[in-house]
Amino acid sequence: MYPRSFDYIAPASLEDAVRELGNAEFAKVMAGGMSLIPLMKLRLLSPDLVVDIGRIGGLGEIEDTGDHLSIGALVRHRDTASSDVVPTALRQAASWTGDVQVRNRGTTCGAVAHADVAADQPAAVLALGATMVARGPSGIREIPSDEFFVDALTSALAPDEILTEIRIPKRGGGSAYDKLGRRGGHTDYAVAGAAAWVTVSDGAVTDARVALTGVGTKPELARAAMEAIVGTDGSEGAVRAASERATEGITVIEDLYGSVEYKTHLAKVMVRRALTQALTEARS
Amino acid sequence: MQVSMTVNRRAVTADVEPRMLLVHFLREELGLTGTHIGCETSYCGACTVLVDGRTTKSCTMLAVQADGAEILTVEGLAQDGQLHPVQEGFWERHGLQCGYCTPGMIMSAVGLLQENANPTEDEIRHGIEGNLCRCTGYHNIVRAIEYAAAKMRGEEPPPPEWEHEEVIA
Ligand SMILES: Cc1cc2nc3c(=O)[nH]c(=O)nc-3n(C[C@H](O)[C@H](O)[C@H](O)COP(=O)(O)OP(=O)(O)OC[C@H]3O[C@@H](n4cnc5c(N)ncnc54)[C@H](O)[C@@H]3O)c2cc1C
Ligand code: FES
Ligand code: FES
Repeated sequence: MYPRSFDYIAPASLEDAVRELGNAEFAKVMAGGMSLIPLMKLRLLSPDLVVDIGRIGGLGEIEDTGDHLSIGALVRHRDTASSDVVPTALRQAASWTGDVQVRNRGTTCGAVAHADVAADQPAAVLALGATMVARGPSGIREIPSDEFFVDALTSALAPDEILTEIRIPKRGGGSAYDKLGRRGGHTDYAVAGAAAWVTVSDGAVTDARVALTGVGTKPELARAAMEAIVGTDGSEGAVRAASERATEGITVIEDLYGSVEYKTHLAKVMVRRALTQALTEARS
Repeated sequence: MQVSMTVNRRAVTADVEPRMLLVHFLREELGLTGTHIGCETSYCGACTVLVDGRTTKSCTMLAVQADGAEILTVEGLAQDGQLHPVQEGFWERHGLQCGYCTPGMIMSAVGLLQENANPTEDEIRHGIEGNLCRCTGYHNIVRAIEYAAAKMRGEEPPPPEWEHEEVIA
């Protein structure tokens, strides 16, 4: 299975890469290629130009700057999954992305830029309140995660912008991600998944963010569940009550892997599990 | 475009179209047909090779991306007529039936044992999650990898199950 013919370039710098993106009618950034190459082989995508960012230096690092963590564009799923500084939710999401070979090449930034409706790491970065740093022809732009995921396979990135880094604020608390994979357990894309981040003070939940994947048309905040858990004691009953509201205000979409009813139910289960684990971590 | 890489410790240079996949480069340009094509959709792992030491589905990588890389395929495992311990394990523990998945399975096992010299059964099963086998039910593949792991640690491999009394009884 061959993709259609295309031109290929592997620039050595971000400036060159951004310039090249502007030089073709339909150019595509390639990082790990784990989503782009399958789509090109199926000829669902046929770019004129592939700009491979894989040879640009300085993008492969996870850096702790003091107030945030920076995940560079070439940090692979395996690096994110095995990091001891990345928050639990994103670590778990990366460790359950695809299989060993996919994690060896695919990048965290690529998974986020790709914005698949059932992908793992987008939900985690959304729950962690990350900021996406994009570089385009007119410079650098910061996009809050709440505005980043626009629709299925559609992010706020312009075609000539490169996601250079994901910044995760270091706000303490605890986080977790859980999913039911399409092949059972944690394997493959999420039939439904949830990421949660919480802070606890004097026994009360002071802040929370919960994000769903595989459920609606994009990775989305479960705002009703977030509101319901904040201010409670985070007890089993409080978590259960909040998770009951997992899909409130969200349009649940049926797909090959589940009906609306099934996904609604799974979303509640996943929110309950993610919140429970995140609270345990926040209290420890 | 011109690409140069090392394949099984041998330097190769060739002119390829950007759309040529690494697996086609290995099979058709270099004649290394040990690397199989199963699904072509990035799922089965039959095409797994090591790229700079990491297991990679060669149907999901362009040959041009491998420019400058070090590639190891199943043909490069045996040295001086001596099978690699993982190959030996598949032979000794009947880790294959039709053999279609075997080259990819072996390369994934090599990658796994490089990172974890003493994996548990669970770690082995998760370590080969990117490789599908339609014949064996994975049981003897796991035993083959356990055999290889023991050998590579310089230990005596566990005896084959068919020599266990409870299996015979
Ligand atoms: C067998 C298999 C199983 C998988 N299972 C899962 C799974 O369980 N869960 C899951 O979430 N994903 C899964 N994936 C997808 C995988 O996670 C991909 O690695 C990821 O979606 C894309 O990352 P990449 O670096 O490979 O990006 P690429 O494939 O190179 O690019 C993907 C898209 O993002 C764009 N892009 C990439 N990087 C950037 C950037 N820095 N700036 C701007 N645009 C960019 C590209 O232009 C392209 O449109 C699976 C893939 C395979 C092949
Ligand atoms: S042929 Fe490459 S994964 Fe199946
Ligand atoms: S031995 Fe036949 S597919 Fe694995």
